[in-house]
Amino acid sequence: MFEVTINGKRHRLDVDGDMPLLWALRDVVGLTGAKFGCGKALCGACTVHLEGAAVRACVLPVSAVAGKSVTTIEGLSADGTHPVQRAWVEENVAQCGYCQAGQIMSAASLLARKADPSDDDIDAAMAGNLCRCGTYVRIRKAVRRAAELTKGGAGR
Amino acid sequence: MSGGAGEGLGRRALLRAGALAGGGLFLALASCKREAKPEGAGAEGAAAPAPAAATEAAREGVEVNAFVVVHPDNSATIRVAKSEMGQAVRTTLALMVAEELDLDWGRARVEQAPLDAKRFGDQGTGGSASVRGAWTTLREAGAKARALLVAAAAEKLGAPAEGLKTEASHVVDPASGRRVPYAELALLVGKQKAPASAPVKDPNDFKLLGREHANVDAPAIARGAARYGLDVRKPRMLFASIERAPVPGAKVASFRADAALAVRGVKKVVEVPAQGPDVNVPSGVAVVADSTWAAMQGRKKLAIEWAASPHASEASAPHLAEMERATSAAGRELVNRLGDPDGELAKARAVVRARYEVPFIAHATMEPMNFTAEVRGDKCLLTGPTQNPEWAAKSVAKALGLAPENVSVEVTLLGGGFGRRLNPDYVVEAALVAKQLDAPVQVVWTREDDLRHDFYRPPALHVIEASLDAKGYPHAWRHRLSTAAISATIDPEAKEFGLQESTGASTMLYRVPHRSCEYTHAPIGTKRGWWRGVHTTHTVFAVESFLDELAEKAGKDPYEYRLALIDELKVDRPKPNKDFPWSPDRLKAVLKTAAEKAGWGKALPPGRGAGIACGIDHLSYAAQVVEVSTAGGALRVDRVVCAVDCGRVLNPNGARAQIEGGIVQALSAALKEKISVNGGRVEQSNFDDYPVARINEAPAVIEVHFVNTDLRPSGLGEPSVPPLAPALANAIYRATGKRHRSLPIAARPA
Repeated sequence: MFEVTINGKRHRLDVDGDMPLLWALRDVVGLTGAKFGCGKALCGACTVHLEGAAVRACVLPVSAVAGKSVTTIEGLSADGTHPVQRAWVEENVAQCGYCQAGQIMSAASLLARKADPSDDDIDAAMAGNLCRCGTYVRIRKAVRRAAELTKGGAGR
Repeated sequence: MSGGAGEGLGRRALLRAGALAGGGLFLALASCKREAKPEGAGAEGAAAPAPAAATEAAREGVEVNAFVVVHPDNSATIRVAKSEMGQAVRTTLALMVAEELDLDWGRARVEQAPLDAKRFGDQGTGGSASVRGAWTTLREAGAKARALLVAAAAEKLGAPAEGLKTEASHVVDPASGRRVPYAELALLVGKQKAPASAPVKDPNDFKLLGREHANVDAPAIARGAARYGLDVRKPRMLFASIERAPVPGAKVASFRADAALAVRGVKKVVEVPAQGPDVNVPSGVAVVADSTWAAMQGRKKLAIEWAASPHASEASAPHLAEMERATSAAGRELVNRLGDPDGELAKARAVVRARYEVPFIAHATMEPMNFTAEVRGDKCLLTGPTQNPEWAAKSVAKALGLAPENVSVEVTLLGGGFGRRLNPDYVVEAALVAKQLDAPVQVVWTREDDLRHDFYRPPALHVIEASLDAKGYPHAWRHRLSTAAISATIDPEAKEFGLQESTGASTMLYRVPHRSCEYTHAPIGTKRGWWRGVHTTHTVFAVESFLDELAEKAGKDPYEYRLALIDELKVDRPKPNKDFPWSPDRLKAVLKTAAEKAGWGKALPPGRGAGIACGIDHLSYAAQVVEVSTAGGALRVDRVVCAVDCGRVLNPNGARAQIEGGIVQALSAALKEKISVNGGRVEQSNFDDYPVARINEAPAVIEVHFVNTDLRPSGLGEPSVPPLAPALANAIYRATGKRHRSLPIAARPA
């Protein structure tokens, strides 16, 4: 039994400790926003925040997050108004959209560390998140827009 | 359906444009209490499967016809019957209905139609055909719905229908100033006779189409609320992971169920019987559990022994050698010929010869294959991401021995498609597992499963020989091509492949008085399928690279050289598409626009280079200028300028996204992607050994320019793909002097 805080709510997870957090979220807790893409931390589709920092939930055992706080895309904001989420909609980033929850979580983590990232910062921080539809050019724009939205005090 | 008559027969049959059933009257009684949901609600609609006759929307509104439900609060639901895999079809097709019906777009939501070809027409999504087909069928369905509402208003108001107008989900009588909401009229349309036809709008009168719109699913995607196949959850649902034959044709000889069953959460272990080439389900063993993770852990314990397969000695190297032999002599199929290229080449003083090679590549959709199936008695309920629910349902009915009408399909959002999700293998497999359980089961492919059991873009070898005339233009041109034919995967008895496989080569619009195209099929057990752009992903690479090489021999600018050569196609086959015949003028126009916008011919600093290429794909025209820099031996794509003629652009934001995405995906394939086979097995497994383009490798700038936007729309999902690889190779050549004739180009191209 592992106690984990997910999106501000405490959960007691009766699973094997080596079950990756991703599968506990998706199949046990019922939060399907974090996606399965590779299972080896190669694609970033499963990105969530652990104590505020972006991590790949597909390789993070539940035992390693016991007693800690996890935020998924569903908990990034109450209503989709986090500056990164707004920027993603305004720039019409998503095509199929499958990777975008992970992209958004990585971008939110970047902006929390660095309010005004350079283009190189953006590429470096987002390089772990694959997008097969090829939305990268819009992702760069959306991260810059989110930075502006945050700066403008228009955050949540 | 694509590239004129050069389209693969297999796909054409499977994606045939059925007559749309729309326009008939379907009336459902209103329960009259639903509030309009906020934006993005459509995505949830996709996750709430319901029988076709009683979808969520229909229960709480009036169906004006199959595509439109009007709700008591005068909001509307538009049903989209094509699969959304990122091409914005749920936005664009819904806009087409809303436009003709003058719906209040701000209060319209989108619902995914379940499989029901009788009502919705052909639901196969591929061949860049959705907008092209909907241009007539779906607009007319919208216009017919409008005619019904206007007729009802005319009766209610006692005013002649001809004098009534429609706007923002109201019928307006300009004479009296009265406005009647559609919701009121929808209750009366049952008394109206459905019109046999209704005029569609003059495109100059469009209010919605042609303007900027966000994707209808964008808000749900940003919240993590959009539902894909893997997000399907049903009461008592179980999860399955399948160990499949690593070599095509190998069958399970033995396995250990007991060890798998000992894993916590594992409920059952069942065998999956191999299915024939029409669906290509491999022999396998499924571990069913209460979580995906448990199923995956149980699978590791199976210790399967595989019986021998005739494909066990196949490998990429000997397959390539076979294609080398095939292209070093006359091809088995003569696709077409003009004049006497063999004779002219034999007597030419100099012959330019080049060889171009591409490997197998995988679709690698970000959402791995999956489907959720439940078998209840003689019925099968399927829910998941498919580009072709009808093919899936028919295949499942056949595999399970059910009546086709007893197989239902709810289509979720697709986490990428690119042609992979046309094949129904993974749907049939899920049904075969579900048949052995008394609960719904979601079969989840790992990334390794997905990369090793794809239907790959086939490897291809091109040998082109040409002689030049006194002015340096091609006089004779012989193109010999060998691939592992795509359609042979699902139809091993097929005999002729060349017409489809050579699309883009046998159909090139360059004027050559003596030209031929020959084709030879090189069989292999590894499955092939339709990868975004299909044949043009390699034929255009070969032709457009070779054109650059000839221009250089002739001492001419590659852009001017192309412009001078583009001409009518004079070969006797394939035949042109009657609605979209090949147009040299349209090809020239995109070439000119790309060159002008890119500033073609401007001086670039050392280490930088620009390349140009053009092509016709799925009846649309595209030209690209790629600019690269190679400082320090590392390649960087600085800029891609793309001009596209897909006719009228209905959803410009989504259209630009398709071009941008196609360019990035094509760049990924050109630079990095390669599947190899050894011992009959695919060697790659995940994104570490099958790398695809990441954000730091994406072009710094992508510019998109549309031309000829007053013509009837054709496809846009694929046409941006083919010119990228040759324009890139041509640019690298200009920058470094190194000519890349084999894909993928290594990470260090200089």
